[in-house]
Amino acid sequence: MKFLNTMLATTTALALQSAGALAADCPIKVGVLHSLSGTMAISETTLKDTMLMLIEQQNAKGGVLGCELEAVVVDPASDWPLFAEKARELLTVHEVDVIFGNWTSVSRKSVLPVIEELNGLLFYPVQYEGEESSRNVFYTGAAPNQQAIPATDYFLEELGVEKFALLGTDYVYPRTTNNILEAYLKDKGIGDSDIFVNYTPFGHSDWSKIVSDVVALGADGKKVGVISTINGDANIGFYKELAAAGVSADDIPVVAFSVGEEELSGLDTSNLVGHLAAWNYFMSADTPENEEFIAAWHAFIGDEARVTNDPMEAHYIGFNMWVNAADAAGSTEVDAVRDAMYGLEFPNLTGGTAVMLPNHHLAKPVLIGEILDDGQFDIISQTEEVPGDAWTDYLPESAVLKSDWQGLDCGMYNIETESCVQTLSNY
Amino acid sequence: MQRSFITRNPSVLIFLALLALFTLGVTVLSEAFGIGLISTSYVKVLGKTLCLALVAVAMDLVWGYCGILSLGHFAFFGLGGYMIGMWLMYERTRDIVVGALAEAPIPPTEQEIVDGIGTQIFGVVGSNEFPLIWSFADSLTLQLALVVVVPGTLALIFGWLAFRSRVNDVYLSILTQAMTLALALYLFQNDSGLRGNNGLSGLQNLPGVEQPQSHVSMWFLWASALALGLGYLLSAWIVAGKFGSVIRGIRDNEARVRFLGYSVETYKLTVFTLTACIAGIAGALYYPQAGIINPAEVAPITSIYLAAWVAIGGRGRLYGAVLGAVFVSLVSSWFTGGKAPDIPLGIYTVQWVDWWLVLLGLSFVAVTLFAPKGLGGLVDLWVERRSPNRHGADLGPDLGSLREKEASQ
Amino acid sequence: MMRILLAALLLLAAVCRVQAQDTPMQAVLQDNADLMVKSSRQTIGPVIDAVVASGLPQVQDVLQAWQAKEMWQRKADGLFFHGEKLDAKTYRLTDFDSGLPVGEFAKGDLRQLKPNSGVRALIGVALVKFQLSDPDPTKRRDALVSLERDPNGAALEALRASIAGETDPALLARKQRLERLLTMGYDTDPAARIAAMEEMAGDTGLDVRATLNPILQARLQVFDGEIPEAMNVLSRLEPGSDTLPVTVAYDLLVEQSKAPALISHDDMRNILAENIDGGRVGGIPVAKLDTDPARRQAFATLVEQGLTEAATTEDEIESYLSDYIFAEVYAEPSRAVTDAAAMALESISTRVGIGQAVDLTLDALSLASIYFLAAIGLAITFGVMRVINMAHGEFIMMGAYTGYVVQQWVPNHTASIIVAIPLAFTVTFAAGVAMERLVIRWLYNRPLESLLATFGISIALQQLAKNIFGTQARPLTAPSWLDGAWVLNDVVAISYIRIAIFVLALFFLGVFLFIMRRTRLGLETRAVTQNPGMAASMGINPGRVNMLTFGLGSGIAGVAGVAIGLFAKVTSELGSDYIVQSFMTVVVGGVGNIWGALAGATMIGFMQKGIEWFNPSNTLAAQTFMIVFIIIFIQFRPRGIVALRGRAAGD
Repeated sequence: MKFLNTMLATTTALALQSAGALAADCPIKVGVLHSLSGTMAISETTLKDTMLMLIEQQNAKGGVLGCELEAVVVDPASDWPLFAEKARELLTVHEVDVIFGNWTSVSRKSVLPVIEELNGLLFYPVQYEGEESSRNVFYTGAAPNQQAIPATDYFLEELGVEKFALLGTDYVYPRTTNNILEAYLKDKGIGDSDIFVNYTPFGHSDWSKIVSDVVALGADGKKVGVISTINGDANIGFYKELAAAGVSADDIPVVAFSVGEEELSGLDTSNLVGHLAAWNYFMSADTPENEEFIAAWHAFIGDEARVTNDPMEAHYIGFNMWVNAADAAGSTEVDAVRDAMYGLEFPNLTGGTAVMLPNHHLAKPVLIGEILDDGQFDIISQTEEVPGDAWTDYLPESAVLKSDWQGLDCGMYNIETESCVQTLSNY
Repeated sequence: MQRSFITRNPSVLIFLALLALFTLGVTVLSEAFGIGLISTSYVKVLGKTLCLALVAVAMDLVWGYCGILSLGHFAFFGLGGYMIGMWLMYERTRDIVVGALAEAPIPPTEQEIVDGIGTQIFGVVGSNEFPLIWSFADSLTLQLALVVVVPGTLALIFGWLAFRSRVNDVYLSILTQAMTLALALYLFQNDSGLRGNNGLSGLQNLPGVEQPQSHVSMWFLWASALALGLGYLLSAWIVAGKFGSVIRGIRDNEARVRFLGYSVETYKLTVFTLTACIAGIAGALYYPQAGIINPAEVAPITSIYLAAWVAIGGRGRLYGAVLGAVFVSLVSSWFTGGKAPDIPLGIYTVQWVDWWLVLLGLSFVAVTLFAPKGLGGLVDLWVERRSPNRHGADLGPDLGSLREKEASQ
Repeated sequence: MMRILLAALLLLAAVCRVQAQDTPMQAVLQDNADLMVKSSRQTIGPVIDAVVASGLPQVQDVLQAWQAKEMWQRKADGLFFHGEKLDAKTYRLTDFDSGLPVGEFAKGDLRQLKPNSGVRALIGVALVKFQLSDPDPTKRRDALVSLERDPNGAALEALRASIAGETDPALLARKQRLERLLTMGYDTDPAARIAAMEEMAGDTGLDVRATLNPILQARLQVFDGEIPEAMNVLSRLEPGSDTLPVTVAYDLLVEQSKAPALISHDDMRNILAENIDGGRVGGIPVAKLDTDPARRQAFATLVEQGLTEAATTEDEIESYLSDYIFAEVYAEPSRAVTDAAAMALESISTRVGIGQAVDLTLDALSLASIYFLAAIGLAITFGVMRVINMAHGEFIMMGAYTGYVVQQWVPNHTASIIVAIPLAFTVTFAAGVAMERLVIRWLYNRPLESLLATFGISIALQQLAKNIFGTQARPLTAPSWLDGAWVLNDVVAISYIRIAIFVLALFFLGVFLFIMRRTRLGLETRAVTQNPGMAASMGINPGRVNMLTFGLGSGIAGVAGVAIGLFAKVTSELGSDYIVQSFMTVVVGGVGNIWGALAGATMIGFMQKGIEWFNPSNTLAAQTFMIVFIIIFIQFRPRGIVALRGRAAGD
């Protein structure tokens, strides 16, 4: 009997240390759903490391609600169906309280039905195309009006661009963003013939024809600007070809929505100086919080050369907001945390304060940076905090929709008919 | 006849018994109908694995028995998934749209409902009109028929062109790979009307079904098990008869079979098309469990993996294909799930998430070099100890049917 | 310490204030300090004008410093200075008015003015008249660049005046060209403009077209009666013709409130909804309104009851349209000028068309050479030895990573490429030999299984590369002499790196031909491939020959990797992007023949570019159709373009 007791005690202790299946709430489990292999690993591994760093920091501060945090890292391997499977596994097998994860829109769409069905909580850190607001997702990345629209305004007002080339990788984020931008530009009086749209496959490398097409757009005497939603590796070939064609940023400026410090570390930027990117965060932001964050990141990863980027900041804000919300709610239970999230504020790394809105998006400042020859960005424009808009105002079907989970408990509310279209998301 | 078929192929009976036992076991252990030891997510994994086993059986039929190394069967699998996915998406969205429009003061016209569905489905890819290929999406019967018809027709046309011009062996493999790539690239385009890279998602939510996913996943597990059982039976029956002898002959020496007067092309085409249909059915059962289908599923590499499963399991024996598919996909999910323990090597710690693919790749090499019979070879060891040597007389699905040339090497 | 610093600052501020009277430029800048710091193109115009209007001799310096982001504001007192970087944290400030250094300051005490590209362009335009005759040629060049970017008529006189004194021949040519362009666009004398247009006709330069096209801009206008004589009309349009569909014409009328708006489907529904009366609309129960005819009927009833206005009928639309005249009218009033511009453009457009065709051909050649380079190794291993090597792509990747590693050790880009190419060859040659010895040679009789085994090696190598180099793309930078492009004119251009790849492809074609035809190894390879048994009995060691041949193919793949890495990217997936295309190249071209691979690559390259040209907005479609075409092509020529005959064909 005594033997059995000892056994039991040891098992419990072990379980507390490692899996913690027996204890009621401690440790609190945080799911990390980022691809560690496959095509998206290039971007997502960094975010997994960021999460591990944030969790380590929080544990050093004493955890949450008196509990240690434990990261449950799974690898969905850039395989979209696997995202759904792993999300279900996190929620039902590991019983995590919150998930931080996903990068691509398609992976988010894959996870959505699962977390809505099981009432999970996901923090999604990447800029995306909007047109979505799920009860169970907090979007800490930029919505189109926090990145694409301000960047387009910058083109129109500051650079005087009259003719637009919208180049994108052929998937949902560029498609939807370009759709919104087309509507927006037409609203601003740019004609159909002054908008050139091109889609290329993932990892496209043969850019010579497209670049020369863009250059040829200048033939009617209007200033041409490129809005690039080209994703990932393909950017490298694109920028190399741009540099080879001798296109200077003063002739044809390129603003990119998917090119950050991480992507630039893959190429020599000396020929790209002056081209632009729009984000909510740049590593070069000159604030004490940012300096501290970068120092902590370098210490954690053990490599001074590693850069920080916008989705990392999104996770930083999202994670800290979740911690504060859990503290405020006194529980990590999803509905309690969600209610505590609304209106929470947390300082941005770029100065100012991010606010969680009832539509599950953040109010964040929009930054526009010019590429420097060291692969960093020179911040040349920083707006006030812009509230993220789940449904764009520039597409007729979406203009009548709004999302308000706090007051209306609806993510897709039609303000014309004053009814909730649906509470579950489209996927 | 049926009796003698079973007696000649006792493995079929054993396999079906094991499959039934497995299904029963999962049911008893499931959350929905049993004691809840197996989580719903794992039930889905098992259900999907059964579908993979079914497509592996199809692959074995076309490669292990007929000698056509098709690198396109996962494309047929994906097409089946797309066909059922279209109906699932359409009907689910229809329910939502009808619900939303019911609150409007004026009842909607048919056209308004269809437009609403279009906006909902294609809104995410920046469009709102139904492409032509969605014409039958509102009819379950037609879409179910298309699950078989579309992969079958594609296989028929492609196979007819290829076999007619005597494209063989390695060339045929490359050509099928090209077909798969073309299909994947086509589906990747937004203009193809199947939502491009995003694919069709939310397929696990069956329209009009109120039961929770724990039930739905069990239904699909049963359906998958049934499909696998029937598929296995059909395949075993095909290869056991005269037809089976002819296709094995084609595999071993095509020219001789042709000189014997058989229409080699017809045989090949039949097997190719039939297996494409089986693959389509497997896909139609797989993707509602996976929840999403998108063009990456159809990419050429997945078809190569399929071939690798069959090779690891053991070609030319149907249970080998099942064994390979089940073994590799389960082991793979174990390794990538972060459950495998890390191996500390002093200066370097082997983390399986990083090293699993290396191991898998090298095991492909090892299997082809050292164990061409695959996992099925283990069964041989076991079987040969118990049953008398047949002296090469019978080449049923029971005993591995390697080429005699290979066997001697 | 703090107090001393504060005192010093106060003193400094006092000194500055004292100086304010004799610092007129600083005064101008201070007046606009807020706008300058905020720096938006929308609001900066008056500031620049004010600076220029001050008429001070230092205007040019101020603007140049501002444009070059060298103007700094001292946080303590808000004064602007020219800043010069001494080291990362310290800057030396110079006063604009006196031209004297003010002192050295820590970066933290200063704020840099960061005019954005749009503001910089405006400053550049303001600078033009100062810089056009500047003694420094780089300044003159800057002025020309600004003027080329933002051509305007105001600078025409200054430009003409500066031509006479221009000494630099290159700049003189540019000035003369620019003068012609500005004359075309902005001269007040139509005759001078027409003369300039006639002179420039046939010039394919983008700038010429960019000058001519705006002159020819026309706008669709509606006229109540006859078009006024004074108007320069491009063409009269009839509603209902191809160029002016009825809907477009009618929308234009609605827009100008010359006709009532049409009632759309949604409008009709809304009107019906507004008129629901006791569950009925126009006598029809609401529940029955779920078909279009029912809705139309209900609407008609509403119209009868006078509850809403009738919808515009087809006849009414017609009569509205017939009341007006539609025409496209030039903004440019002079008929002669527009005619001359149209003529000039027409003569240019033929040349541009030819240029585009040439450019497309160059692109296609370049793509073909990349495919050829990627496939040439495969032409050996697959084409000659009949071994399917799925790991071929990974050899390409290994070559690219070798290049990357070399660049980590050899910082000079030229030297590093010179080292990298042979090293990449050696590394992949060794890998190829190892693979042949360990795996392939056991599988010569089982081609399908060699496909599987090499695929296993392929995924293992790919993951290994990820484990070693990480998943990020790695930079592989071309030497600076390969930067830029060979520009024939504004239409035809090709980057040097692509030319280098083309040359490399030709070189390896030569190497391959030499080895196969002129060396013992080549002879032995051909012998072993045709009949290993016979070759062995002639004293050739087939094992050794196979090993070397396979190594050669792999080695060339490595070199291709360096080349591909230079123009695209170095990632672990680099190889898999090319593998299917490489196999296609070899199969389409014809197995066992290097000319076949060449023909295959050419065909694929040209076809892909051709399809892209037809459908420029969707590159993916081009690739899809190309593969479909290849599949069909192989049905008709199963042995490829260059098919071997007789014994060499093997079976």
